[in-house]
Amino acid sequence: MSAPQSHLETLPRGIQIVLALGVIALAVFPFVGTDFYQQMVTRMMILAIFAMSLDLLQGVTGLVSLGHAAYFGVAGYTLAFLTPEGEAVSLWWTLPVAVLAAGAAALVIGFFVVRTKGIYFIMVTMAFAQMVFYLFFDNRVLGGSDGIYINFKPDAGLFDLENKKVFYYFTLFCLLAVYFFLRRLLWSPFGRALAGIRVNEHRMRAVGFGSFSYKLTAFTLAGALAGLAGYLWGAQTGFVNPELMGFHQSAHVIMMIILGGMGNFAGAIVGAFAFEFMLELFKDLPSIGGFNVGKHWQMWMGLFIVLVICFAPRGLLGLLQKLMHRKGAGNE
Amino acid sequence: MDFANFLIQLLNSVQYGLLLFMLAAGLTLIFGIMGVVNLAHGSFYMLGAYLAYSLSGLFGSFTLAIIGGAILSVIFGLILERILFRYFYHRDHLDQVLLTFGLIYIFEESRSLLWGDDVHGVAIPALLNGSITLTENQSYPVYRLFMMGVCVLLAIGLYLLINKTRLGMKIRAGAFNRDMTESLGINIKLIHAVVFAIGVALATTAGMIASPISSVYPNMGSQVLIMCFVVVVIGGIGSVRGALIAALLVGLVDTFGKVLLPQVAGMLVYMLMAAVLLWKPEGLFKQ
Repeated sequence: MSAPQSHLETLPRGIQIVLALGVIALAVFPFVGTDFYQQMVTRMMILAIFAMSLDLLQGVTGLVSLGHAAYFGVAGYTLAFLTPEGEAVSLWWTLPVAVLAAGAAALVIGFFVVRTKGIYFIMVTMAFAQMVFYLFFDNRVLGGSDGIYINFKPDAGLFDLENKKVFYYFTLFCLLAVYFFLRRLLWSPFGRALAGIRVNEHRMRAVGFGSFSYKLTAFTLAGALAGLAGYLWGAQTGFVNPELMGFHQSAHVIMMIILGGMGNFAGAIVGAFAFEFMLELFKDLPSIGGFNVGKHWQMWMGLFIVLVICFAPRGLLGLLQKLMHRKGAGNE
Repeated sequence: MDFANFLIQLLNSVQYGLLLFMLAAGLTLIFGIMGVVNLAHGSFYMLGAYLAYSLSGLFGSFTLAIIGGAILSVIFGLILERILFRYFYHRDHLDQVLLTFGLIYIFEESRSLLWGDDVHGVAIPALLNGSITLTENQSYPVYRLFMMGVCVLLAIGLYLLINKTRLGMKIRAGAFNRDMTESLGINIKLIHAVVFAIGVALATTAGMIASPISSVYPNMGSQVLIMCFVVVVIGGIGSVRGALIAALLVGLVDTFGKVLLPQVAGMLVYMLMAAVLLWKPEGLFKQ
């Protein structure tokens, strides 16, 4: 039942040009946008990294994880525990530690979950993520339901992350680094094996690929990259709470990938931006006649998700491709 | 732990397990027969609790509220199946997950618009408000025994319906081979609608009878949904018998875990699930 939906593994020239223009727009944005929007775009880029990490599982390997937020949260909490109350802590060792912690959590949970398939995988990833959620939620030592404040951004030495513009560019750098790493990975023998597992796991096993270790490696790597996003999130907002690893967050990130289109990482970025934009839009809706429309954003987001799934299940890039395809067919 | 205390905990764990079974049975039926994974199943539980709160106020009788609520939820289930779920039986699980996640938001917000965000209580009916004395200072509430009775009756009813009636035969045939059943002249669409409505009604009934002891509050469906997932994974998807055994097992582990090992109680159920996954990745009773 996990049939591939939309897999534009090779991006058409037109989309590549649009993406390049998008990167240029992101690079010049801090010079034209206000502080508020600069913060918002930073958040979108962090979520884009998070969405790309899940796309490695969901789009490439065909594993739908409904618990990916757990690893995002674990890294955020790691930063929170490592940052002392009164001073900043060095970026250069806390970032690797946080990413490794998220990867280790994914390795342990992955050891159990990648044995399962299809619907079991969805339910089990969700259940284990909830276990992590309640671990942090119920224990005062780990911050409890209130979460933990991170008073100082990590100290990078060479550049100053307290400066919002510097933080923006650091996030943009991470976004591009992760994107090119994953694109490279997609076309490596390892990435081809993962794609093979998505298309036909039995056949991959028959030709000699131990699918268990491939899936576990992909799960761990995806968890570690989600950790990178979680670390940046914690550093940007200066605050972590259990909500970060809740299942709403996990479902949001799946929705981002669906919105953009699966399996090529560019779609995940587009989807993360689009989803976060819609969320802000719904939350900022004005009051109409004493009825606060924005307060009920969940209603609009719910309707939006249902409509997208009913009418555009292949996402924005899929829609674009369909339109281009139709135009191309008309010209012939 | 003395015997009376042990008995109380044992009864509590059975009662919790049976309640979980009512929810998990609906979830596993809907998955086993129509192949739909339904994240909004917890919302039906919440809906049941709110229906019990409103209708018992309206009718002034808890029994009437439960009957009225059950009828309303069957109608609700049939409508929901007709306008939405019917089109998702053959879709990818990913689409089903997101569709039902969207529905959670819609149901939660509708609840907030209709009932507000306050916590409500539902009174235990006077007839069931007593308790049975076990020792001098320990007693067990009658209402919890009543809950167990209702769950057991519904479980038996479900067993008879599926295994002993003509409708049940058609349901089983439809789950086994949809096309063949359809070509024998059985209206499979109607069967699916009925199964979906039964699943919804089981979940709302669980919410209704649990409402006097759990109270009625926003987001009450989320936690119960996760526990249902654990039950279904342990029991094996599609197996009602597996759901019953797994629900009782989860009830035991959860209740006694909280008493004996309170530090790690929250994790124990998940450890049980992990252990079952290592041993039998497809659950104890894979169909």
